[in-house]
Amino acid sequence: MRSDTILEVRQLSHLYANGQGCRQIDLDLYPGEVLCLVGESGSGKSTLLDTLAGRRVPQSGSLRFRDRQGTFHDLIHGDTATRRQLARREWGHVFQNPRDGLRMNVSAGANISERLMALGQRHYGHLRAQARDWLERVEIDPARLDDLPASFSGGMQQRLQIARNLVTAPSLVFMDEPTGGLDVSVQARFLDLVRRLVHEHGLAILMVTHDLGVARLLAHRTVVMQHGRIVESGLTDQILDDPQHAYTQLLVSSIVQA
Amino acid sequence: MTVLIQARGLSKTFVLHQQDGLTLPVLHDVSLTLHSGECVALCGPSGAGKSSLLKALYANYLVQQGSLTLLHHGQMVELTRATPPQLIAIREQTLGYVSQFLRVIPRVPALDLVAEPLLPRGYTQAEARREAGEWLARLNIPERLWQLPPATFSGGEQQRVNIARGMIAPRPILLLDEPTASLDAANRQVVIQLIQEAKARGAGLIGIFHDQDTREAVADRLYDVQAVKLPEPTTED
Amino acid sequence: MKIEFNFAFLDENTKRMIRRGLLKAVAIPGYQVPFGSREMPLPYGWGTGGIQVTASVIGRDDCLKVIDQGADDTTNAVNIRSFFQKVTGVATTTSTARASLIQTRHRIPETPLRPGQIMVFQVPEPEPLRTLEASEQETRTLHAYQDYGLMHVKLYEDIARHGHIATSYDYPVMVNGRYLASPSPIPKFDNPKLHHSPALLLFGAGREKRLHAIPPWTRVESLAFDDHPFEVQGWEAPCSLCGSRDSYLDEIVTDNAGSRLYVCSDTDYCTSRREEA
Repeated sequence: MRSDTILEVRQLSHLYANGQGCRQIDLDLYPGEVLCLVGESGSGKSTLLDTLAGRRVPQSGSLRFRDRQGTFHDLIHGDTATRRQLARREWGHVFQNPRDGLRMNVSAGANISERLMALGQRHYGHLRAQARDWLERVEIDPARLDDLPASFSGGMQQRLQIARNLVTAPSLVFMDEPTGGLDVSVQARFLDLVRRLVHEHGLAILMVTHDLGVARLLAHRTVVMQHGRIVESGLTDQILDDPQHAYTQLLVSSIVQA
Repeated sequence: MTVLIQARGLSKTFVLHQQDGLTLPVLHDVSLTLHSGECVALCGPSGAGKSSLLKALYANYLVQQGSLTLLHHGQMVELTRATPPQLIAIREQTLGYVSQFLRVIPRVPALDLVAEPLLPRGYTQAEARREAGEWLARLNIPERLWQLPPATFSGGEQQRVNIARGMIAPRPILLLDEPTASLDAANRQVVIQLIQEAKARGAGLIGIFHDQDTREAVADRLYDVQAVKLPEPTTED
Repeated sequence: MKIEFNFAFLDENTKRMIRRGLLKAVAIPGYQVPFGSREMPLPYGWGTGGIQVTASVIGRDDCLKVIDQGADDTTNAVNIRSFFQKVTGVATTTSTARASLIQTRHRIPETPLRPGQIMVFQVPEPEPLRTLEASEQETRTLHAYQDYGLMHVKLYEDIARHGHIATSYDYPVMVNGRYLASPSPIPKFDNPKLHHSPALLLFGAGREKRLHAIPPWTRVESLAFDDHPFEVQGWEAPCSLCGSRDSYLDEIVTDNAGSRLYVCSDTDYCTSRREEA
């Protein structure tokens, strides 16, 4: 593993009984980098994301993660306790549907504090102070600290997911179609927030999206998937302006120009 | 004089898989050298591939043949073989590009867009904004617009924001794609001055300048881009 | 016709199975051991788990006490006591000190327990994380990895809503620094009695088919925040009957005008104090 990669994926496969899934994936992710996985439904991009995030067990291949201290972790053969610890501390996961990523029956403050409590923080006052701080950072009025996420708008719920994940200062965040359910006007705000947090925190983000416009504005690199395989990858502007693979050309030519 | 870019035998052909593999050659055997402190103006008829060459130099277009080396942190780096992280670093620190169009996240204020390239260089948000303000002022963007996203700006205003964003973080190499296209005479003068300042600090520039006055004011030499002459577009079997 | 029962109602194989489960529960304090809960001659929720545990550990020399909400004379307690009298013939008592085996619902007696005694708790829901996480697979995983942030989410939410930890019974505990456990719906007033208890504490959940245990002298901590430490309930007035200021009091409305009286919930403790006086 190169000393500067945060995630190293080699020949990784996770296939379903029907033959769909992702196969023989090679991928490197670098600290502070936003990488978008694009492709149509069924291309295997979400399966790949879930497999990388430890939510699915790959059938073959290797997957390694380097933590902040520079220690490498074998995420497939390593022990589950460590992986869960990493998932809590070093990773975040933002889902398309906020219901999958938030606890809807507890307050925003409790949502943000959960990871801190899982890591052993036991001071209510400090937890609240951090939660309030994070609400501000994701542009939610701190007065909403004790409100239930159900009372939030879709855009606020996505931002709350971000806060809930970033509170433990992770180095890698997985995002699955985070803007999928958002109005276009709200999308822009979300993208701007993500871009700013990437700058401020040196986050690496692995984002699944079918929206090439999102990739254009946010991603350093873009990976194109079809039928479970990576068919093309490179700098985002190169992929979008000079696509090489027939499928990428089809995707790019299908964008409705604003 | 220090060589900043050395391009040899660059060739680029588009293969359009949606059109039964139609091939469109855009660059053929292009060789070009850029030295520090000079400005090279690309010229040639419309469709000759000036913009494509500029994009190839920025690694936005992939070339199929040829060598393209560039001076990055004191070393000549082969751009056609650079990894994405290397390319990102090169663009951040060495190779700038001012495009004709501003493509940014819709709701970000103009001031922050211009300040953004300074942040990876260790500027605080406040310092970066202060400097961005100076650039916008110099390019005659009224201060009342600074906090607004440029989507609502006029074409000329957007272009000036784009120039500020492209030039605020000084880079040794700068590629300019018609930076003055929709500017009035006064603002064109500002851009000419900015280019001359960049040259004076040793930067090398390659640009496409539509308007002759600008070209004559900034270019040290012209590079004639020849349209690729092939008998007929061919189709892959 | 006189019906003959096996000693303590359950067949020997069932008792053996439950004892094996209890041994495992004692070996791993706080860990929930699944067991093959039997149909009992009373509905779930009436103490079927506790009865099966009692039936499995009771011997001919035991002296049994049964309480419900601290009282020996409530319907549930009376019925369970007479059930065991009928199926075992062992001696019964209302005296905490005299009993060798105590089955309880919702309380731990005020009289300190002593080594050698066994307390059997009736447990409706053994999983403290259940209200927050519906999936059994997930809660088991959380226990396996000691991933208990979720429990504090509940306490956090309590404070956020009520200004203090409002959970007043079935207050979650960490057993032996390892497993998060439900102490059954005892008032949190009784939680400190779990810590370093000289008696063996056995928990049986009939409907949920789970056993857990706190062996004697085990460390049991009630969860809390540094700035919101664990506190038990207190009363401004002493017991109206025995004058105790240290026991858990029940509120009794005495007339239509809303007058109320506070009396010990532990009837044996209250009675013996009055007799001594």
